[in-house]
Amino acid sequence: MRVLASGLAVFFAGAALTIAAANDDQTGRAMEQIQKYRQMLQDGNPAELSEMRGEQLWVTPRGPSRATLEQCDLGLGAGKLEGADARLPRYFSDTDQVQDVESRLVTCMMQLQGLTREEATRGWYLPDSDIAALVTFIAAKSKGMPIRVPTVHKKEAQIYAAGKELFFRRSGPLDFACATCHSQDGRRIRLQELPNFLDRKDAQASMVTWPAYRVSEGTVWTLERRVTDCFRQMRWPQPEYLSEAIVALEVYLRKQAEGGIMDAPGIKR
Amino acid sequence: MADKPPDFGATQHTTERLMTNPMKIRAKADGDVVEVKILMSHRMETGLRKSDVGEVIPAHYIQLVTATYGDRTVLSAQWGPAVSANPFLDFKFKGGEKGGIIKVTWTDNRGESRTDEAIIN
Repeated sequence: MRVLASGLAVFFAGAALTIAAANDDQTGRAMEQIQKYRQMLQDGNPAELSEMRGEQLWVTPRGPSRATLEQCDLGLGAGKLEGADARLPRYFSDTDQVQDVESRLVTCMMQLQGLTREEATRGWYLPDSDIAALVTFIAAKSKGMPIRVPTVHKKEAQIYAAGKELFFRRSGPLDFACATCHSQDGRRIRLQELPNFLDRKDAQASMVTWPAYRVSEGTVWTLERRVTDCFRQMRWPQPEYLSEAIVALEVYLRKQAEGGIMDAPGIKR
Repeated sequence: MADKPPDFGATQHTTERLMTNPMKIRAKADGDVVEVKILMSHRMETGLRKSDVGEVIPAHYIQLVTATYGDRTVLSAQWGPAVSANPFLDFKFKGGEKGGIIKVTWTDNRGESRTDEAIIN
């Protein structure tokens, strides 16, 4: 039961305090225990509940057009879901934009169901939002597929370069960049180890497990939600949902994780 | 105005959920022992938290969980607000068979209730 797991988490948090001054051996053992805690959680990932709800939403006629999302084109053709998420973000000619899974989903809700952008995205960050459920369902359809983000089209190459620039650019009142936390090995904030996105293995381990159920939040977080919160943690201005800045970072991060085998939805502390 | 998350970290659980969502139940027989894994969709509000406008979020949590196999109750549990959101429950019982049906019911402190079942495989 998760009750037991959270009890252990408190214990590990206490253990983590001593780590700063400890040697590598102890750090290794702490990481081992954290891994054990993760495995206990993995067995009953509540993101599966979102996945089930997302599947329902996908086939339910909604919006003014009373249409389902079954004809949504996520890049591999209308209605083709298997492996689609592993190949996003990518360029779409109908919107003349590079889109990630979330912005593409919103496009589908607008085009197929006749919703306005505001209606489609309302409350996207709330627990159990429709968007989070749908994104979880779509991501699960790429389980076992390698991440392959195209950077062939001019706009794809441009946004990749922008994402890389953003990743390394220090700004805001704390003079922070993504790279401040995410370009070294073995860093962590409290119990959460920080992936080094300059390392392929680290980047893959992180990127293949989004969207993920956040135990501490009791809800699924999409990748956009994660990146938005990174902006907050760096005290950068809050980006608009589906903005180019977020998509650009996603392109860069997923490119760093190229070839990683999708294993979403994940579960995180 | 664009819809944005509040400018601080914690997720706000202020939305009321009127409809109950299905459980995810897996049941696997190994000899005559059946292992049952249940994921329940429930907010499990403790009644101790406050919303972003300072109002107490009312308690809303599962109080009773029962699992039945045929007419036999194989598990009965009383829960309280200390159980996490979207709880996961894993238990084993003897005497179950492949193809049989395990039925799980929860009831919460508002009297809402949900029953789902799964075939043992």
